[in-house]
Amino acid sequence: MAFGLGVHFKMLSRSPFDLWVVVASPLIFATLAHFLFAYGHGSRMLVAALASGVMGIWSSTTASGAGALQTQRRLGVLELLVASPTPFWEVLLPISVAISAIGIYSLAVGLLYVRLIFGVAITIHEWVAFVVAVPTMIAAIGALGFLFASALVRFRSAFMLGNLFEWPVWMICGLLIPVSVLPGWLQPVSWLFAPTWGMDALRGATLGSGHPWADIGMCTLLAGAYLIAGALFLRFFLFAARAKATLALTS
Amino acid sequence: MAAIDVRELRRTYRTTTGVLRRRRLEVEAVRGISFSVEDGELFGLLGPNGAGKTTTIKMLITLLLPTSGQARVLGLDVVSHAKELRQRIGYVFGGDRGLYERLSAYDNLRYFAELYGVSGKTQRIRIDEVLELVGLRGREQERVEGYSRGMRQRLHIARGILHDPQVVFLDEPTIGVDPVGARELRQTISDLVKSGKTVLLTTHYMFEADALCDRIAVIAKGQIVGEGTPAELKSRVGHGRVTEIEVFGIDDATLTRVRAIDGVAAVTVEERDQVQVLIVQSAVARELTQQLMAELAGLQVGRVASREPTLEDAYVALVTTP
Repeated sequence: MAFGLGVHFKMLSRSPFDLWVVVASPLIFATLAHFLFAYGHGSRMLVAALASGVMGIWSSTTASGAGALQTQRRLGVLELLVASPTPFWEVLLPISVAISAIGIYSLAVGLLYVRLIFGVAITIHEWVAFVVAVPTMIAAIGALGFLFASALVRFRSAFMLGNLFEWPVWMICGLLIPVSVLPGWLQPVSWLFAPTWGMDALRGATLGSGHPWADIGMCTLLAGAYLIAGALFLRFFLFAARAKATLALTS
Repeated sequence: MAAIDVRELRRTYRTTTGVLRRRRLEVEAVRGISFSVEDGELFGLLGPNGAGKTTTIKMLITLLLPTSGQARVLGLDVVSHAKELRQRIGYVFGGDRGLYERLSAYDNLRYFAELYGVSGKTQRIRIDEVLELVGLRGREQERVEGYSRGMRQRLHIARGILHDPQVVFLDEPTIGVDPVGARELRQTISDLVKSGKTVLLTTHYMFEADALCDRIAVIAKGQIVGEGTPAELKSRVGHGRVTEIEVFGIDDATLTRVRAIDGVAAVTVEERDQVQVLIVQSAVARELTQQLMAELAGLQVGRVASREPTLEDAYVALVTTP
């Protein structure tokens, strides 16, 4: 799986479109945050930069991730992957994680941007928690992408759902606005999404507030749940795709 | 035990059409075919577009579930033993697709070596071997997007045999490849068989099937309409003659009259630039030219030739017989 992750990360890193998604979005959101916070500075801008990075990771997972399986179809590789003896979840998971992993560029660009352009000091209170939180969150978001991708194996038009999820998740996971200002009934929904806990973990580790390790734990738990659900769905959808002959269809 | 054993295999595609009033459509792509391929044999599956060749191959490589019937490859059922079977077979299809363009040929092969469980120790040796076999040694670090059609096709074959499968399925592997490249590919396929592999090949090119295949099954409209060695298939029309007549503007009514001539076995029309070529096969060695010319009276007629039948004529006779 590690080799698969490396191969797909390499391939995505050579795609101008995928790179543009992850590099451009944090620049735009960090700039917006700067002006929204009335030329804000310090910790608020730092958290805004992190949030813009997480938004980039999520955008990559939805925009590129949803398209990734279509790309395998378009390249004519999907059937070859399915025809290999490796269980398909072991093939698909590295693709999904690679897609969220190129979001690491978003995080790096967001932090560099606020440091160089707005002069915000990058001060992290709990470095260890921060360093653990980043890959955990990327893996958890990748696992969520894997759950979505399982449906794409059977339903080729399901990739359109990817874009549908982009903005709502930004809203309900506390990336654009705090979760606390959401209607009460919506807050439990946000707990089902890994970006909520990932952002909390990054915020907590950066500011020295909250419980970053507990948030990392929740991210890990959710990742496990996404994986189990995704693997079960995938088994079902793959069988259906072989019965309905949708593996080779590209449009 | 046969390497491939197919019994009464069927595959029906079910689709829906219409927006407000949905209508169910059923297309029978494969209609109860049976054949077997012996160990070490190169078996050809010939047929026109939409005949069911690719559907058959996809069922045999476990990508499609049969609607009914049974297929075993190396003694393993393609439905109930799909996972074990995948390790022991290879699949190669023709065309530009099926490769990661932004990666090098080496990375493509490495990735598929991992998927097929080729161990780390033997990966490099095996990749070198297949690159040598397909003639891509020295070009493996280049990105695939810069490869020609022929190079891509050779890389496809390298990928398909990387894990040293016992049975290789080749679905139109030379399609779109230039004549020199196609000749090299045919040599590669021939070498595969010499190395002891069983090969099932689909192709549109009759000379290719004639040159490579030990046995051939001709498939049309989802059914096998003829099976045998190339020589046996040719002998089906071998006692007849083929008459080719260049004409301009032949119509359906004239064709119907030509088909009605006593002794005519098959009639086809090929478009060649601005001229049509009427190809008439007679069932017995009978001279039909005079009768044909009588039916074509009033049309502008060009060159007329008579020759021995080829495998292509046998194929045409089989797939056009109602």
